[in-house]
Amino acid sequence: MHATVLTFDAPTRSRALLPYAVLLGLGAAVYWLFPGQLPLATRIAIMAIFVMSLDLVVGYAGLATLGHSALYGVGAYATGIFASHISGDPLLGLAVGALAGAAIAGLSGLFLLRYDGLTFLMLTIAVSQILQNLASKLRDWTGGDDGLTGFTIKPVLGLASFDMFGRTAFVYCGVVLLVSLFVMRRLMASPFGLACVGIHQNRRRMDAIGANVRGQLLRLYAIAGAFAGIAGALSAQVNQIVGLDSLGFELSAEALVMLVLGGTGTLLGAIAGSAVFMTIHHVASALNPYHWLFIIGGLLVLVVLVPRQRLLAQVKRRVAGFPNVRGASASKQVA
Amino acid sequence: MQQLANIFIDGVSYGMVLFVIAVGLSVTMGLMRFVNLAHGAFAMTGGYIAAWLVRDHGFGYASGVLVALLATAALGALLELVVLRRLYRRSELEQVLFTIGLSFLFVATANLLAGPQVQLLPLPPALSGSVDLGVRTLPAHRMLVLGCGIAVLLLSIHVMARSRFGVWLRATVDNTSAASALGIPVQLVYVLTFAAGAALAALGGILGAELMPLEPYYPIKYLVLVLVVVAVGGLGSIPGSFAAALVLGTVETTSKYLASEYGSLFFFAAVALLLAWRPQGLLRARG
Repeated sequence: MHATVLTFDAPTRSRALLPYAVLLGLGAAVYWLFPGQLPLATRIAIMAIFVMSLDLVVGYAGLATLGHSALYGVGAYATGIFASHISGDPLLGLAVGALAGAAIAGLSGLFLLRYDGLTFLMLTIAVSQILQNLASKLRDWTGGDDGLTGFTIKPVLGLASFDMFGRTAFVYCGVVLLVSLFVMRRLMASPFGLACVGIHQNRRRMDAIGANVRGQLLRLYAIAGAFAGIAGALSAQVNQIVGLDSLGFELSAEALVMLVLGGTGTLLGAIAGSAVFMTIHHVASALNPYHWLFIIGGLLVLVVLVPRQRLLAQVKRRVAGFPNVRGASASKQVA
Repeated sequence: MQQLANIFIDGVSYGMVLFVIAVGLSVTMGLMRFVNLAHGAFAMTGGYIAAWLVRDHGFGYASGVLVALLATAALGALLELVVLRRLYRRSELEQVLFTIGLSFLFVATANLLAGPQVQLLPLPPALSGSVDLGVRTLPAHRMLVLGCGIAVLLLSIHVMARSRFGVWLRATVDNTSAASALGIPVQLVYVLTFAAGAALAALGGILGAELMPLEPYYPIKYLVLVLVVVAVGGLGSIPGSFAAALVLGTVETTSKYLASEYGSLFFFAAVALLLAWRPQGLLRARG
């Protein structure tokens, strides 16, 4: 019995570590080979955390939302305000962002999760728009249309200060990305995570077997809020500015596009999708901001029209295991 | 008092424009079960074609608008025939993704063909003046908007409830294979419904060109607005969309007049309250 557990366990564990190894390798490659692309890679890392958080809600729990930026923006503003009034320590700021994101998710979730389907979707938009308009009105705290600026971030752990080449920012965000991936993967493999997937598959049956559906979803939404808040906090710290667009509809919609591009319900797909989308955006929008829409629009149309499940299955068969990571590596090489 | 009346009239005509754009989406989303986020693109297309014809090609206002409506209907029918009908059975997320992609393509195309600037649709003298109603005078264009909104409401309710086509449509969306077995031309019903929705969106885009300026980002900018009207009104409910559009149009206009520094705060607060109160739609009881 013991032996069978071991033989079953050993390959899965090494496999479970593979994504981290690949991400570390990619990170190192970008750091040493493409130092000019560090700001882009940093943005990808931040966005990947945000899209993974969205994956918890959309991919695992099956709640389609277009208001996820509310959680990101509140985290970003909380961190910025904390840095300008109390302390510029980055790790403390990260904690503040996570708390703020979780708090706003918990509060709005109490209201939002009473609904589902299109009503839920529209209410998430309404909540994020209300927050955005509030942020625009509360000028004294948020800087309004001009954005929140003028706060300084201290060196990470008192050692590494944020340099103009973005090296510290990249390593800092990369480490936070890896830790977030680790925590979220563990979480979604836990009984709690499986219960959320169960709710996605059949809400009524989960209710019938005694699961506390709304309680589980609320907990998941708050956790997703914490990670979205962390992503917002990172963006505030790295860019030293928080704008109204961090609460905007466009951010939510783009994150959803990235998620579906990479594949929902895998977390690694979220990372791959962000990398592909942000890289294409970076290259194409440098040419012309409108032509970029031809590329992303065409991509979206093709992704749906071409039967992707079959394509993915083939890739999966060829590369035993991790098609999403492969997607990410291909896109980073473009960068 | 004078100002309140002004606000009310502006709010109602804004609501009418929203309704005319949203009614087609309500039918596609509620009855055909197709989440078409590219609906706003039809409104923009109609506005662009009308502006192009009237301004650059010497068409009269009425004939330009008519051609624009027909062209947009044809475009809608073509899209339905070529791609959209393959997506009816796909998941909502895939439909959302595809139609957002389609909107992006419309945005990019509009910019490519006409540039990033706002397109102006010149009004004929008859519409730019004002009409004396005895009690007070109203801008003629507002009167046209009000009239069109009410006409669209009555006509669409009549078609859905009374006409042979409405019977076909309701039968088709209830049970496509049974309807087809009964000899209803199912494919034709879908194409025509889609084309009609596109034409109505175009009409809304043309009528609302002053309130919602025609520019390349139009399909994305007003997407949320139109979706909100459909959701608050209740999917597939035409009177519901009408009520939602009027209420929300009035709220938005009032807050723009009296509390512009709050932006769309009150609009979205109203949306949240209405949806929380009646998640199935404004004119439907809970349950």
